[in-house]
Amino acid sequence: MKYSRLIFANLFRKKIRLVLTVGSFAIALFLFTFLAVVRGAFSRNTELAGADRLVVINRVGLINTMPLAYGDRIRQIKGVKYVTHNNWFGGVYQDEKNFFPQFVIDPANQLKVMTELRVPDDQWKNFLADRQGAVVGRNLAKRFKWKVGDRIPLQNALYGSTKTWEFNLDGIYTNDKEGGDESQFWLQWDYFYENIPDVIKGQAGWWVLKLDSPDDAVRVGKAIDGGFANSSYETKTETESAFQAGFAKQLGNIQLLITAIGTVVFFTLLLVTGNTMAISIRERTSELAVLKAIGYSDRFVLFFVLAESLVIALIGGLLGLGLAMLAIPVVGANLNGMLPPLLLSAAALGLGVLLAVFVGVASGLLPGIGAMRLRVVDALRRV
Amino acid sequence: MIRVDGRGDSTSLIKVRGLNKTYSRGGEQIQVLQGLNLDVDKGDFVAFMGPSGSGKTTLLNLLGGLDVPSAGSITVDGDEITHMSASKLTQWRARHVGFIFQMYNLIPVLTAFQNVELPLLLTKLSKSDRRKHVETALGVVGLSDRMNHYPRQLSGGQEQRVTIARAIVSDPTFLLCDEPTGDLDRKSADEIMALIEELVGKYSKTILMVTHDPQVAARAHTTLHLNKGVLVEAKALQEGVLAGGAA
Repeated sequence: MKYSRLIFANLFRKKIRLVLTVGSFAIALFLFTFLAVVRGAFSRNTELAGADRLVVINRVGLINTMPLAYGDRIRQIKGVKYVTHNNWFGGVYQDEKNFFPQFVIDPANQLKVMTELRVPDDQWKNFLADRQGAVVGRNLAKRFKWKVGDRIPLQNALYGSTKTWEFNLDGIYTNDKEGGDESQFWLQWDYFYENIPDVIKGQAGWWVLKLDSPDDAVRVGKAIDGGFANSSYETKTETESAFQAGFAKQLGNIQLLITAIGTVVFFTLLLVTGNTMAISIRERTSELAVLKAIGYSDRFVLFFVLAESLVIALIGGLLGLGLAMLAIPVVGANLNGMLPPLLLSAAALGLGVLLAVFVGVASGLLPGIGAMRLRVVDALRRV
Repeated sequence: MIRVDGRGDSTSLIKVRGLNKTYSRGGEQIQVLQGLNLDVDKGDFVAFMGPSGSGKTTLLNLLGGLDVPSAGSITVDGDEITHMSASKLTQWRARHVGFIFQMYNLIPVLTAFQNVELPLLLTKLSKSDRRKHVETALGVVGLSDRMNHYPRQLSGGQEQRVTIARAIVSDPTFLLCDEPTGDLDRKSADEIMALIEELVGKYSKTILMVTHDPQVAARAHTTLHLNKGVLVEAKALQEGVLAGGAA
């Protein structure tokens, strides 16, 4: 393109300013993309939740348990295909900062309900036969460099006195859904049950049900909660996605916070780039006037200004996105399971490019219109 | 033949009739040009003189289609420009007018070659044709060996030569020079004026020039003074040159 030389020559007129503007663009785009990825991580569990699964918890709260016998009554409700119960284990591996979710599972039904999770048959068979067996997600195994056959000690103070529970790693599960969770630690119900005090035996943390059809969700939910109404342990049944969303909300309205920060970043970027373009154009008033004098139209001048700001935005934007592509996997790996997996999707990258283009055009628009309206006679008189 | 009485014939390249320009400043109306007439033929070289604020640059801006008159008409080579839309006027300027400014007004981040090429980017000329035109224009102003120099690497006189090359590269109908030597020392000014004379004498360019300097004005075929908003013809400096310019 014959005008590219003019556009690029102007860009490199003030190299330090160019570097700073491109740099601020890159950092802002990186931050924006990173926030979008974190936001996506929080909402992913909700998005990936099975439409045909319900979660039953104690109406008082998730940490309150319910009688194990509820399971049999739930199983009898029409439309319920499988039922599995879980408990929170809450052990510590070596150090408290090595947090990861540990669930006591019902081995007979876990994989029937959580159908997207896969454990190799031989490993699952070993787990079923091993009272001290454990199955962990692929990411968790990777994080601690565990392999099948390893002995894993977890210290636990939730159930009676503090003691160390020993586990044999029998299997590693994977998740068929892209970005789905692979960071849990499962242990055998029987091993748990025989090692906890009698006073808390016969209780389950929550149930997860698989339905014959998602259409049954409302009816089954009402039937469960209605059946246990006015009992000592009232239940709250909701879809798995509603449960996940509620769980995420317990951390505060993270998504709103992230959206607010992202919006502030976006508008700050718009103002910074717009100001830079305005200064740049003001410095070149006489040159723009000369271009107009020798025959360049008002639209051409607008095009030049927009092209310049767009090039800055795209260079900065692509640098920021490149930085995000490099940094997000590293940051994700070092979060130690504190957040769901951070995935930089093509959609997030596309959104970043779109944002860069939008900010590029928007920040160049006002200075461009000013340059377009510039009267040659007035501008030359100012020289 | 240059006339200021409004009686020029239809063959005049530039015909100005009853030109008025009024500015509004602080609520006060200031009439700069009052019913100005002018006829300029092809190949004429005319200098406009007058005190500051007399309207010399305003006249040049009007002739170059950079400003619009309050009343009157300007016709160039048969085209009346006073009623053209802004976009038409821009296209007209690109085709018909070459500007030479006092402060050169080159783009500092472009080389001499790239500066001269600017008007040609608006044409449909191929890259190689553009190169030929630019090399020719820079050759005419004697800067073939400075093509790849940036303005900051050139002297004031050389920068003004680049401006002249930029003005002539698209072979416009006429050139407008606003104090072309105003920022130069005497020696450089003489060189620039020699070049401008060459453009008139050798290449038959029509040139209208504003200047404060009587020595520079003396190099033109005719010097016109702006007095109370109208042009007054000064004495013809050299009858022979006038006759040659009108030929």
